[in-house]
Amino acid sequence: MSIVVRNINKRFGDFVALDDVSLDFPEGELVALLGPSGCGKTTLLRIIAGLEQADGGTVLLEGRDATHSHVRERQVGFVFQHYALFKHMSVFDNVAFGLRMKPRGERPTEKRIQEKVHELLSLVQLDWLADRFPSQLSGGQRQRIALARALAVEPQVLLLDEPFGALDAKVRKELRRWLRKLHEELHVTSIFVTHDQEEALEVADRVVLMNHGKVEQQGAPEQVYNHPASPFVYGFLGSVNLFHGRVEEGGVQVGSARLSDEAADFDEGVDVVAYARPHELSIVTDADARDGIAARITRVLFLGGNGRVELEGVEQGQHFEVELPSSAVQKLGLIQGQQVRLVPSRLRLFEKNKAPQDAPRSRGTA
Amino acid sequence: MSTSSRYERSAATRESKWVKYTILGVGLGYFGLFILMPLIAVFFEALRRGWAPYFAAIIEPDALSAIRLTLTVALVSVPLNLLFGIAAAWLIAKFEFRGKQLLLTFIDLPFSVSPVIVGLMYVLLFGANGWFGAWLTQHDLHIIFALPGILLATIFVTFPFVARELIPLMQAQGREEEEAAVVLGANGWQVFWHVTLPNIRWALLYGVILSNARAMGEFGAVSVVSGKIRGATNTLPLQVEILYNEYNFAAAFAVASLLALLALVTLVIKTWVEHRAQRNRPAGQGMERPTPAPAATLISKQEQAA
Repeated sequence: MSIVVRNINKRFGDFVALDDVSLDFPEGELVALLGPSGCGKTTLLRIIAGLEQADGGTVLLEGRDATHSHVRERQVGFVFQHYALFKHMSVFDNVAFGLRMKPRGERPTEKRIQEKVHELLSLVQLDWLADRFPSQLSGGQRQRIALARALAVEPQVLLLDEPFGALDAKVRKELRRWLRKLHEELHVTSIFVTHDQEEALEVADRVVLMNHGKVEQQGAPEQVYNHPASPFVYGFLGSVNLFHGRVEEGGVQVGSARLSDEAADFDEGVDVVAYARPHELSIVTDADARDGIAARITRVLFLGGNGRVELEGVEQGQHFEVELPSSAVQKLGLIQGQQVRLVPSRLRLFEKNKAPQDAPRSRGTA
Repeated sequence: MSTSSRYERSAATRESKWVKYTILGVGLGYFGLFILMPLIAVFFEALRRGWAPYFAAIIEPDALSAIRLTLTVALVSVPLNLLFGIAAAWLIAKFEFRGKQLLLTFIDLPFSVSPVIVGLMYVLLFGANGWFGAWLTQHDLHIIFALPGILLATIFVTFPFVARELIPLMQAQGREEEEAAVVLGANGWQVFWHVTLPNIRWALLYGVILSNARAMGEFGAVSVVSGKIRGATNTLPLQVEILYNEYNFAAAFAVASLLALLALVTLVIKTWVEHRAQRNRPAGQGMERPTPAPAATLISKQEQAA
């Protein structure tokens, strides 16, 4: 079932949770709503489920206006961050709940319910826990049961609110992969809310980035990561190095260093911020080099196959991070205290003094 | 493992033996002197002249009428306050509305008003010279010095017990389980019956027990509105007072012993409920199934972590 939301507005008192949000979720896609806490992503999910009413705007499910239809009629499955399993019921009864609550006419026979519940428990690979109670399960098991319970009523849409938020790192990673696999088996239109960019990029077909109640950018994971539309998106999707500079003669001047010659899109004299990811900076050890920006190495770290070099700008004392293969670190013979030059292989410019949430009409160079 | 046994096991927090036994002695002594001794005295005095006069005092018509009236009052006021308590707790825990704080304060009102004042309020409202007195007399309706007055006073006094037990629990539990149930297609009644009620049942039972104990034992408010008509408007506590004032000590203590017995039974049930609730809270499961062993270790680990 496809989901469309149009011009959704929602306030809580003075706080604007959603500000004129319009989005399309095509049939069968797994979409991540990504953003910092308080950005409105959970509110949007709850509005789609019908657990919350929007102040304005419409929700279309399968093209039909569902704005005023009750949660029960929307055929959605909802998975809560803290599982919301029924504490007093066994795992079996939890999963069977949705089927047993159906009106007499639609309710399957008890035998059919048995079969169905065991099917679902096998699907989430927890059939052996049927007689346990939620308090006897680990967090990861609880969330899988919650998912089985949501799937029992054969929802047309699956909504997951920070499904892995309360789990530890290892279980999270495992469940992420598992959710992706499950989605490929079932192909139910799914939306999941997360504040973890890695999770969003890894699991989703499409990522919707939200901030301050607005959509900042949406697209395939690869697209939003490599072509961020705003400084906010750039900063949110991973670590980043910032260079505060000015456009001079069609290039970017940072202090006395010339960083890039490709700022033709910007007006002369405009203050800009240049963004580069840690792996988009290269280190030049040649003492005679004039390219890039001078920096001193403050720390060299080896994290498995990759090394991370932390540096300090010589002129302005900015903090920089560079990531490169460990072998390259050794080859360059980088040591603490050494002065080097940083040359960006890829740089993205945004005009300064634009609040990130205003989604600047950014023009970039690559 | 309980906190206290953990305290005692660790040398850092363990007190010396004499401290332990002094505190124990003070506690038990106080309890014995002020609570246990009077309780024993009630039964002792009641049975001073043997079993025959004891039973005679209890099956005497006025006493039987008092028992009947007390049970009637409890049977009406407890269910009413049960319904009200659930409704109020539901409203306060699950909805946001203006005047919520005011409602909470009003629920506590009966705790802070002296029962005698409560009785007086009803006399001022419904008594012969009260606001509605003339109208009631015209229509031959009796509230004061009759069953309705006693019921009103009792309901007022026992009004907060159930609600007060449920509100903090329901607030702590939040609405997530109910939301999950609604998304799964349950209607309002199903949500209440299958999700909300099982989660609050022990607190509910506890509130009912407290409410019942108070309904049967209430003296002040009821004494003002009852008129103390023998065999008609005397509840058990009032009957005790009348008998005592007539120097009929044996009968007074015999009836009093009934109330004391009721209190003891209530206490036993209450302890049992608390015990069940305690067992159910960490495990979060019903009485239908016992906890398998591996789970028990898991739970105690969680408790330790907490």
